[in-house]
Amino acid sequence: MLFSNTDSKPSRFLAFVTKEFRHILRDRRTLLILFGMPVAQVLLFGFVLTNEIKNASIAVFDPSKDAASVGLTNKLTSSGYFRIDQNLSSTEELEPAFRSGKIKLAVIFPSDFSKKLQTGDGQLQIIGDASDPNTATTLINYANAIILDYRQQLLAGQSGDVPVIRIETRMRYNPEQKGVFNFVPGVMTLILMLVSAMMTSITIAREKELGTMEVLLVSPLKPIQIILGKTAPYLVLTLINAALVVLLGLTVFGMPLRGSILLLTFECVLYMFVALSLGIFISTRSANQQQAMFMSALGLMMPTMLLSGFIFPRESMPQILQAIGTAIPATWFNTIVKGIMIKGVGLDVLWKESLIMVGMALFFLAISMRNFKDRLE
Amino acid sequence: MTNVKNTITMNNNIISTDHLTKIFGKFTAVNAISFEVRKGEIFGFLGANGAGKTTALKMLTGLLMPTSGVATVAGYDVRKNPDQVKRRIGYMSQKFSLYEDLTVRENIRLFGGIYGLKMTEIRSKTTDLLQKLQLEPEADKLVGSLPLGWKQKLAFSVALLHDPQIVFLDEPTSGVDPITRRQFWELIYEAAAEGVTLMVTTHYMDEAEYCDRVSIMVDGKIEALDTPRAMKAGFQATDMDEVFRKLARGE
Repeated sequence: MLFSNTDSKPSRFLAFVTKEFRHILRDRRTLLILFGMPVAQVLLFGFVLTNEIKNASIAVFDPSKDAASVGLTNKLTSSGYFRIDQNLSSTEELEPAFRSGKIKLAVIFPSDFSKKLQTGDGQLQIIGDASDPNTATTLINYANAIILDYRQQLLAGQSGDVPVIRIETRMRYNPEQKGVFNFVPGVMTLILMLVSAMMTSITIAREKELGTMEVLLVSPLKPIQIILGKTAPYLVLTLINAALVVLLGLTVFGMPLRGSILLLTFECVLYMFVALSLGIFISTRSANQQQAMFMSALGLMMPTMLLSGFIFPRESMPQILQAIGTAIPATWFNTIVKGIMIKGVGLDVLWKESLIMVGMALFFLAISMRNFKDRLE
Repeated sequence: MTNVKNTITMNNNIISTDHLTKIFGKFTAVNAISFEVRKGEIFGFLGANGAGKTTALKMLTGLLMPTSGVATVAGYDVRKNPDQVKRRIGYMSQKFSLYEDLTVRENIRLFGGIYGLKMTEIRSKTTDLLQKLQLEPEADKLVGSLPLGWKQKLAFSVALLHDPQIVFLDEPTSGVDPITRRQFWELIYEAAAEGVTLMVTTHYMDEAEYCDRVSIMVDGKIEALDTPRAMKAGFQATDMDEVFRKLARGE
């Protein structure tokens, strides 16, 4: 049947979703949480765990002062990453320099560097201040890259013997280092959980608190329509959020995206389903907005942040916490996002994680739907 | 009004229940109540807190499944056809039932949409409703900015938007000042005059006097059901408050 435009029936569901969008767009607090928070969090985590450091102060101990050592020192400083703070006259000055916090890295040349280079014994020591492990790793990686580059340069200018520089790196204060490219996937797990679960649980709890839920339940809308109508806008907004976080990661922090965008989108939607059904579940258990907020903060945000491997590596957790971690959707999503973005792997590698998330989505959706029906007031 | 036989009065009943019961665990909230509400009547549904009137109301509006017994509302069994029942009833809750962060017009549109009205209907009804309530200047203001009395009147009019046969009002006047309460009752009378049946729960006993017939629930059972006048005569009471006290508290 065709209705003319003015005589058409707006769909019940559409009318309901329109209202939900109005609630969101009219509430400045909600908007701030929705769009301000992800940006703020990515930037904050990004700059706190930053992977790009410019003009780091270094100390150089160079007893050779020959062409090779001076050339390398110049290359280090001209890279823009390093600035020579001190030229040490003995290795004894090393400790005080690190202790004072003035330098982040020290480069120790042997004597007769050029000569040793010719004989293939060009040993060089780089010492990092690992009281700030992330910075130290980053700086050492930079220095390594520059030195390798310099070696290539020497190679190109010479035929015959290959000069070899062997680099020995050592970490101070914290010899066991962990990776750093964690925060974009981590913030994604956090933001999507926050927006999907917390916001939906609050918005449903709000209708209960205000009494409008009763009115909706008495109306011809079916419970499933009410749930979908309440969550659909958040699904859309969360997807926008995910894109925003990825985009910030790519542009501001130079995060790679080596895998398929399509797969990443699919996995995000899957994770959102898990989060949304958790949100619905929480809303059925809480009488008001405060309770919903408290339950999602404590029950979802904390484990997501602490146990999923986002901030603390799971390998170093006690067995029991690792076990709890496997029950957290973020743990699997984190691995998936890292796999797709950094390693560029596909479903052939990530099928297990994806399957676990599908299972979680179905499980939580089923129990939250059952709960919603049982708890109709 | 002559004595017509049962078959015809049956058709005149818009709500009828037969041993309607709701049990929560070991607690019997509603205990086999049987009563009829006639078309176009204002039916007062009274009882102390916890007497079971809210539970009964929830069963009649399709929010709760009865444990046993039968209830027919607007011609449909609430157990078998809750969807058909829901289309034909309106509901106004004790808490405010509109959205405060939407404008007057948006609220009307939302509920029109939810009840499946056509766009043209929604438009013409919006105009009529705003005119009737003299809310035209406020049409695009947020409902939250209106005084409580106006909100209640608006909520009632919105509950009537889809021309329901029955409107359930769950303590609609709690927390409203006496003047607004009077005005609100005028709206109820107006709706009744147009043939709408109204089932009202209230704990203001003076309001019970405004009803055509009143039932009083005590401990899950309907202990009395009659016109206010007959009830007062039967209990030799001067007002409904006295009737209620004699019944509910056994004074």
